Amino acid sequence: MSHVATVSTEQPSVSASAVTLADVTVAFRLADRSLFTAVQHASLDIAAGEFVAIVGPTGCGKSTLLNVAAGLIAPAAGTVAIGGHRLDGLNRQAGYLFQSDALFPWKTALDNVAIGLEVGGVSSEEARGRAAQWLARVGLGSFGGRYPHMLSGGQRKRVGLAQVLIRDPQILLMDEPFGPLDAQTRQIMGNLLLDLWSAARKAVIFITHDLEEAIALSDRVVIMSAGPAARIIGDWKVPLPRPRDIAEIKLERGFHELHREIWQSLKAEVIKGYEQTGG
Amino acid sequence: MPRLKLTALQLLVALVTIVLWHLLTTIPVGGKPLVPPFFFSTPGDVAARVYKWFYEGTIWRHLWITLTEATLAFIIGSAGGVLVGFWFARQPLVADVFDPYVKMANALPRIVLAPIFTLWFGLGILSKVALGVTLVFFIVFFNVYQGVKEVSPTVLANARMLGMSERQLMRHVYWPSALSWMFSSLHTSVGFAVVGAVVGEYLGSAAGLGYLILQAEGTFDIAGVFAGMFVLAVFVIVIDILVTMVERRLLVWRPLAADARP
Repeated sequence: MSHVATVSTEQPSVSASAVTLADVTVAFRLADRSLFTAVQHASLDIAAGEFVAIVGPTGCGKSTLLNVAAGLIAPAAGTVAIGGHRLDGLNRQAGYLFQSDALFPWKTALDNVAIGLEVGGVSSEEARGRAAQWLARVGLGSFGGRYPHMLSGGQRKRVGLAQVLIRDPQILLMDEPFGPLDAQTRQIMGNLLLDLWSAARKAVIFITHDLEEAIALSDRVVIMSAGPAARIIGDWKVPLPRPRDIAEIKLERGFHELHREIWQSLKAEVIKGYEQTGG
Repeated sequence: MPRLKLTALQLLVALVTIVLWHLLTTIPVGGKPLVPPFFFSTPGDVAARVYKWFYEGTIWRHLWITLTEATLAFIIGSAGGVLVGFWFARQPLVADVFDPYVKMANALPRIVLAPIFTLWFGLGILSKVALGVTLVFFIVFFNVYQGVKEVSPTVLANARMLGMSERQLMRHVYWPSALSWMFSSLHTSVGFAVVGAVVGEYLGSAAGLGYLILQAEGTFDIAGVFAGMFVLAVFVIVIDILVTMVERRLLVWRPLAADARP
């Protein structure tokens, strides 16, 4: 593969690929032994420090693709490369923020964050100290002693974010992380995410079914077709300036134009997706 | 309902029961009481007996024996249940192989084992401990097995993505989950430990609350039987309160059941 050496001086980090999915196909064996193809021939290249949102209709296999990048699922065909090296097993360079609750319910918020370091061999004392700093960064400085069930949905997401980011992963995989939250909280969490991301740029794959959220957050929006055998059907650059405010950027003209353009291609797939799932 | 009102109502139930019992067994209607005190004793006699036991101090030895038996049965049964539950949950092949035998053993009424245990372990506390262990073991075993099996797949995937090794998964995920299931059955397993001890004593022993009740029965000493039952009931309630306190401490991280329901 020849690499064209026209790297922009404004974004020096966009030179090496953080995640490369090459012609990935994912299939599952169903209970009746038939083969179900979730994703077909998906190729995607994400640069280091790049924020990419994957948008698609419900049940199109977006999360499947993310799990492939995480190494939780092995593709049936095609290859996954992380930082140029072929991925075999779990992706150790990635942090994963799950859609549903993934915190350890028997640990306090502080311990939940600290565990991210402790598993790597950091002493408990140091881990807890740094966890306290991270909790403060996500705005939960005084909630360290609370157990997950004592926190609101948004607060739990904040803890989850700190738990993942404290390990300083080079790749951040997010599976509709703000899906269960109300609109207001989603906006606040989106801004928090952008703040943290701009402080230490990581390659981000952000799965969502909300096109507005995708455009507001990301550098690039990738559209997937309705499943089964979902494919990548579109790839748009988001030329909006940073730093952004989620609420304000939605009022800009550039945002609207891009939204309309992407929506035109997504619309047909959304309808198809609903017809197939009977939703 | 306010705590005070609830307590008052609870006491009222006890009071009504005792007064009715007293009236029916002591007030003669047409020559003799409606309920023969020979078969039902009277509250006064029972209270006098309980007082005598504690005043003379004879009861303490029996209480201590029963408590020791129940405690040992609980500790051994729980430890066994945790170990085997963990082992089975992590080794599906072992679980599958032993599945029919576990079901058979659990379906067996434990009381038929009592004579065997007496033969094996004698009339002392060991045979009672063994009976209690067979009861406690299965409760803890099934709960721990379930607890390890039913760890949320998301939490597990998260733990893996955080880089946990198999040992760390054990310590930070499976173990707490299994323990929480075990503690949720704490009331049942502690209760069964006491049941095992008392039933064992009842079937053959030289001391303990079960022995005390059996002795009284053998001499048609109904006041003694009721007094023994009363002491046993209070004993169980005290233990239950202690268990609740332990549970509150250990399971602070769990939402109260009331929180889960809208």
